[in-house]
Amino acid sequence: MLAGVTVDLPKGGFSALIGPSGAGKTTLLRLLNRLDDPISGVVRFLGRPIVDFPVRELRRRVGFVFQTPAMFPGTVTENLAVVPTLGGKATATRVPVHMGEILRLVELSADFGDRIAADLSGGEKQRMALARALMTGPEALLLDEPTAALDPEVAEHLMHTLQRLRESTGLTIVMVTHRLSEARFASTYAVMLEAGRVVEAGPSARLFSAPIETRTREFITADEGGKNHG
Amino acid sequence: MAEPAVDIGWVQLALASALVLVAIALSAWQRLGLGKSLVIGAIRALIQLTLIGYVLVWLFNTSRWYFVLGVLLLMTVTATLAATSRQPGGLQAQRRLRPICFVSILVGSTLTLVYVGAVVVDVAPWYNPRYLIPLFGMIVGNSMNGAALAAERLQSEMEAGRAQIEAYLALGATPQQASAEPARRATVAAMIPTINALAVVGVVSLPGMMTGQILAGSAPTLAVRYQLVVVFMLTAATALTAAGIVLWYRRTFFTTAAQLLPRVPV
Repeated sequence: MLAGVTVDLPKGGFSALIGPSGAGKTTLLRLLNRLDDPISGVVRFLGRPIVDFPVRELRRRVGFVFQTPAMFPGTVTENLAVVPTLGGKATATRVPVHMGEILRLVELSADFGDRIAADLSGGEKQRMALARALMTGPEALLLDEPTAALDPEVAEHLMHTLQRLRESTGLTIVMVTHRLSEARFASTYAVMLEAGRVVEAGPSARLFSAPIETRTREFITADEGGKNHG
Repeated sequence: MAEPAVDIGWVQLALASALVLVAIALSAWQRLGLGKSLVIGAIRALIQLTLIGYVLVWLFNTSRWYFVLGVLLLMTVTATLAATSRQPGGLQAQRRLRPICFVSILVGSTLTLVYVGAVVVDVAPWYNPRYLIPLFGMIVGNSMNGAALAAERLQSEMEAGRAQIEAYLALGATPQQASAEPARRATVAAMIPTINALAVVGVVSLPGMMTGQILAGSAPTLAVRYQLVVVFMLTAATALTAAGIVLWYRRTFFTTAAQLLPRVPV
């Protein structure tokens, strides 16, 4: 699915992985905290090959938020409280592992703690999943199309939350998205993938305004065209 | 011992086989198309049980420990094949499951048999086939059902719960932690028939062994005590086997790097 991908995602940055369906965006994202392993090649975290980290430690330091968040049984508080019981110490260097504080960071009011997780709306579930991922005290967060199932306004609100989260905590964010508008608006770095290869990568401001590669330009233009007509 | 059981000769057996004709007649009347299966089934039962009768006579007479153990092993293998042959997930999943099932049934059944044979009933000599074969037969039968239910349920829960399992793994959970809920449900599913049987024994059902013992002339109170030993023994065997399946089988869904393997193509 992926071949010859070489890309550097900046620490502390907000990277967006963009490209058409089937480009390998999610496949690449899942390699970054070893939900899958590549057949060959090396993924590095802080300069070290990720296979050198114990896998569970790696996953606590590099969190993952899925496209469709899976709620655990019980309330939001119970969902969050599960995380410390999974063992291993939180590596909290950047994010305070305090439930109230984390709910505040994902911009859910404190009274959400008593709500049944399965009953939350789509956007609330995604914030819950984000909060749960923050409970390990990660240094980086991987998000797989977190807004795919959300209304545009809800999606935009979540992007604002992510931006503020990164600014206040210094968290490194890598997000797969098929919404170019949110990648353009929220990300600091962008990687354009197609057919399992990196077409182009660079600072978002540059990549979106002046793409070097023809394919990138076509992809961005087509998306804008689609939006005008839609 | 009260009066001995009434003998069943070949004439009586022939008369009893007329009972199957009732079902065959029903099939013909309602066009169920079961006539052939019923005839074949009845003949199979006749041949199998007759043969096993002679095998047991021979086994009881020769009374060699290695023959007894050989028969126990054969029963375990047969139970394993029966428990795995109807598992979902295709041949690949069945092959993966077979050694797990065999060891789980063998360990669960043997531990139970050893306890019953050595501690409760005090079988002498230790390999006395008159006790070991029927006891093990009942144990393995239950273990087999427990194994089949546990494996089938675990497989389906692991499939249905993929998103949740990966969510746990992504939080740094071990595969054991991530699959705790599917494992719990599979164990419960395997235990439910045994628990139901415990609840209704003697009220809804008079177990075959107890009935047989009473017909053969035992005092009902003794037959009841034997039956209690049996139901407790079956409970333990099912629990042990289900635990073995769940603990071991679920590991095969993960890589050594705590990754959930892709679903098995059917």
